[in-house]
Amino acid sequence: MSTGGSGSGSGTATPDRTPSRKVDVCVVGAGPAGALAANRLADRGHEVVVLEAGPRFDRSERRERMERAIRPAHGTHSVWGMGGERDAYTSSGEWFYPLNITRVKGVGGSTLHWQGMVMRLHESDFERHTRDGVGADWPIDYADLRPYYAEAERALGVAGASDNPFAPPRETPHPMPAFPPSYSDSIFAGACEEAGIAMHSVPNARNSEARDGRSECVGFGTCQPVCPSGAKYSADYTVEAAESKGVRVLDHVPVQRLEATDGGDRVGAAVYATPGGEEHRQEARQFVLAAGGVETPRLLLLSRSTDHPEGLANSSGAVGRYFMEHLFAGTGGRLDRPTRQNHVGFITSESHQFYDNDFEGVSPIKLEFLNYAGPSPVEQALTADEWGDDLLDSLRDSYGRHLAMGGLVGQLPRADNRITLDPSTTDDHGNPVPDVQWSLDDRTRRSLARANDLQARVFDELDADVEWTVGPDNTGPAYHHMGTTRMGDDSDESVVDPRLRTHDVANLTVASSSVFVTSGAMNPTLTIAALALKAANHVDDDL
Amino acid sequence: MELTRRDALAALAGAGILAGGGAAALARDGFRDEGEPSADGESERPESERPESDRVVDALVATAHAVYPSAVENVGSFVETYAATKLDNRPDFRIGATETLDALDAEARITFDARFGELESAAGETVLRRVGAETAEPDPGGTTAEKVRYYYVNEVLFALYTSPTGGELVGIENPQGHPGGTDSYQRGPDR
Repeated sequence: MSTGGSGSGSGTATPDRTPSRKVDVCVVGAGPAGALAANRLADRGHEVVVLEAGPRFDRSERRERMERAIRPAHGTHSVWGMGGERDAYTSSGEWFYPLNITRVKGVGGSTLHWQGMVMRLHESDFERHTRDGVGADWPIDYADLRPYYAEAERALGVAGASDNPFAPPRETPHPMPAFPPSYSDSIFAGACEEAGIAMHSVPNARNSEARDGRSECVGFGTCQPVCPSGAKYSADYTVEAAESKGVRVLDHVPVQRLEATDGGDRVGAAVYATPGGEEHRQEARQFVLAAGGVETPRLLLLSRSTDHPEGLANSSGAVGRYFMEHLFAGTGGRLDRPTRQNHVGFITSESHQFYDNDFEGVSPIKLEFLNYAGPSPVEQALTADEWGDDLLDSLRDSYGRHLAMGGLVGQLPRADNRITLDPSTTDDHGNPVPDVQWSLDDRTRRSLARANDLQARVFDELDADVEWTVGPDNTGPAYHHMGTTRMGDDSDESVVDPRLRTHDVANLTVASSSVFVTSGAMNPTLTIAALALKAANHVDDDL
Repeated sequence: MELTRRDALAALAGAGILAGGGAAALARDGFRDEGEPSADGESERPESERPESDRVVDALVATAHAVYPSAVENVGSFVETYAATKLDNRPDFRIGATETLDALDAEARITFDARFGELESAAGETVLRRVGAETAEPDPGGTTAEKVRYYYVNEVLFALYTSPTGGELVGIENPQGHPGGTDSYQRGPDR
């Protein structure tokens, strides 16, 4: 345990939020990246302090959070307390970006509300420019990250199978067996065979059997935004493990800025605010910035100084630029027979057949077969304008014959999609809020259209009535923030090097999807976790 | 289709009130055998001595009789078990529901010269419609109609449709909010 303050940040009326002394590593952010990095560094014997802007949520309240998620009175933001002056933002780009429903601030970060899908990026994602002449190449390749992926799968607890012929090579089976396919998967299977589309299992960061002191999935069906049983991985469990090894975690301490020292070559302290209105300086030998794809660049921009006039570690001008998202493509409709939806809140089959596709001018496409098509009966009941037998008739009519496919496509990195500071609006500490400038490009639209074409093939084979399509004109983000402190070998064009350390500041490392060079079309958290473990190894080497 | 003690326990567990405590943790068991004394004997008290929370339970039972489908049985036992325990465990809910009850009782007295909790299902439905609960958005801090929708109509609908029996009414034996395991999603309709 580090000397100095010893409070955990919660559990007492007046937790000690004063800085620790003789700290090796200060980690900013207690989401999955910060938690995994802190835990790894504690394993290596280092004194670690984690500064988290949000609260520490009481795990015993998760069922109440689930009730709030199901009942329409409370709204999405209330489940994890997002919104308000603390989380103020603007969105001045071509497309509005709904930032606060895409993230959670608190111990556990956005894994508290995530879906829990954990795929590895493909080899091609690291070589997009070489292979397709678009985007950029990563300075590392799949082989570099491969051992960290395996470690990340063990750390999160991934249930998966090796039946995916399109997945990149792996060395060992997943830590837990995959969840079996659903009944509705079996309906899709026949149609997909006719349509020439291969289905396979989905790796889930969700216990298919009891593991690490956490329950197996018990089927509450509300994975997103809250898993009451704890079967779904969330980073608060890793934080708990890290704390048992002596890591000190302070909650409610938003970092205001990082102070440069040594002529701007190093960070000397993270300045953080407390709920009581005080500001403290946490000094450390190394700093790991793990605050997600929006707050990470924002904090660097807020940390400008004489030595770093455009923001800390921003001599390239790339901080905040190349913001990328995954876009959703979907098709849904009804069959003339039961499809058994909404028993669970996760998916059990996908198709990665068109990920490394040879379509002209199209990015990777991931297809999903949903297990929660159509309305959930209880949610429909709570918003209905009728009751009694009329309501029951409506619920029976609405439930059970829906089918839906989803899909993700990724944006290419574009400099004008970016996070900047908006000085016209300030947060609860008087800091300029993040402004999300976001738009869609033609390649992304083409990819969405192609995903819709593939989905239409399946629905044609099903002879289903298609009731909705989400595609190029009405798509929305998948809540994956990437690219805003990109990795690269060239310090003129990137923010961090292949060791995840900033080019400009010797003791500042970034562990986040903000370092992604391309987005791929896979849910990013497993790659975030792998990169965080890699970053921690490098920080350990430097200590 | 009969609502059971298991349904009430499941609805309470789904709301985070019970986590493995089972029937022993209930504030009141509406499914106790006839003649068996209640845990606290409250139902034996004269009307004037009954606590306010009992009137809320009565009103929630009356709401359920009005808004539940005719196919369900044991409505009173189910709602009594669920509501008494929830009122005991959620002070905010107890306060909000108690405050809202005045408006329901006032409307019931005007139309039927009785407390809302004393009404039969058709009369209860009439009162709920007159206060506007059928089409109101649920809001615990809203208008009278919105509060009635939240504290009464949606409360009992939430309990029903997150319970196994409520789910089965619709055709889903593991409804959202109920920890019914991971077998049912794999089963077809005929198994």
